[in-house]
Amino acid sequence: MTAVAEAPVAGAIPSFQVTLRLRRFNPETDTEPRWEDHTVTMHGTDRVLDALHKIKWEIDGSLTFRRSCAHGICGSDAMRINGRNRLACKTLLKDLELHKPITVEPIKGLAVLKDLVVDMDPFFEAYKSVLPFLITSGNEPSRERRQSPEDRARYDDTTKCIMCAACTTSCPVYWSDGQYFGPQAIVGAHRFIFDSRDEGAEQRLEILNDRDGVWRCRTTFNCTDACPRGIEVTKAIQEVKRALLFRRV
Amino acid sequence: MSGGRARTPGRPPSQSEGSTFVPKAPAGTLYRGREGMWSWVAHRVTGIGIFFFLFAHILDTALVRVSPEAYNEVIDTYKNPIVGLLEVGLVAAVVFHAFNGLRIVLVDFWSKGPRYQKHMFATVLVLWVVLMVPFTIRHLSHVFGG
Repeated sequence: MTAVAEAPVAGAIPSFQVTLRLRRFNPETDTEPRWEDHTVTMHGTDRVLDALHKIKWEIDGSLTFRRSCAHGICGSDAMRINGRNRLACKTLLKDLELHKPITVEPIKGLAVLKDLVVDMDPFFEAYKSVLPFLITSGNEPSRERRQSPEDRARYDDTTKCIMCAACTTSCPVYWSDGQYFGPQAIVGAHRFIFDSRDEGAEQRLEILNDRDGVWRCRTTFNCTDACPRGIEVTKAIQEVKRALLFRRV
Repeated sequence: MSGGRARTPGRPPSQSEGSTFVPKAPAGTLYRGREGMWSWVAHRVTGIGIFFFLFAHILDTALVRVSPEAYNEVIDTYKNPIVGLLEVGLVAAVVFHAFNGLRIVLVDFWSKGPRYQKHMFATVLVLWVVLMVPFTIRHLSHVFGG
């Protein structure tokens, strides 16, 4: 019986104190965003999202942020954690430097509506403008459209996008030039441009050849570092640039 | 080509909420970018620095067409320790800009470039140090050694 009693100790998860420094903004009362610190007791298995939940549910219910699935698929909770764009649900607290406060800010380059919530409309508009859907001509085939594994592999990386905006809002060009399509829209276009079944590549390449298109990219690689799905975003953008330069998809 | 493309500008943000308040993007902390971002920042800073040098350089060199004596006089004023230190900065900027420029060319035109950009940036820094250390020693010994 003693073994049973000891079992919880062996499996105990270490707990620690962690301070979150949140960038807060209430449009009804604040004129400027402000920093607010909260110290909570968390466990080694907790993520930044769990800490935000704890603060919202136990300390201050007015804390506002987006999250849906909480498992890195929906792309709702992109935020700037310790100065870098991350998904709160995929960032383990134990991986951060816990001896100093963890800063949590809204993603840059989009208007803040409240606390960590930004206006995503310009982001989705940019995505829509690259025609992110299958374009074909002629009659629909009576069976599925076949594709070789090699052809499928060409755009495999860019199919992983969850549209969290971590890449687009990590881009220095996007911060200073709101007209730039941004990395995500180019990733969305790449996914169809290099799809052998799609016939809209020319159209999309023309759209991205715009002065606010791929040529704005300065290869800072912030997008590649920020992507929670591990997409090589800059590489995808460079492939679109080369497709434009050499007119070869 | 942007004909018929209904693209709403990124900013100013949509005001569909009906409030009179204008939300804005706050600066917050500095974005903690990595090698790629800082190499880009350094490339811009060195590029602008070299531009201003060339601006002055074209003017002082053009002076030789006006009068060789005036040219000599101006060049003589450069022979002091402050300009000597600025020259180290100039060479440092040119060497970095040149090597990082080659890295950017490879990122743009070599299909594996984006994947190896960090390695290439490390190479740029190594080459920069390897060239700058002997140059700085030799140059400053001229400047301060007479």
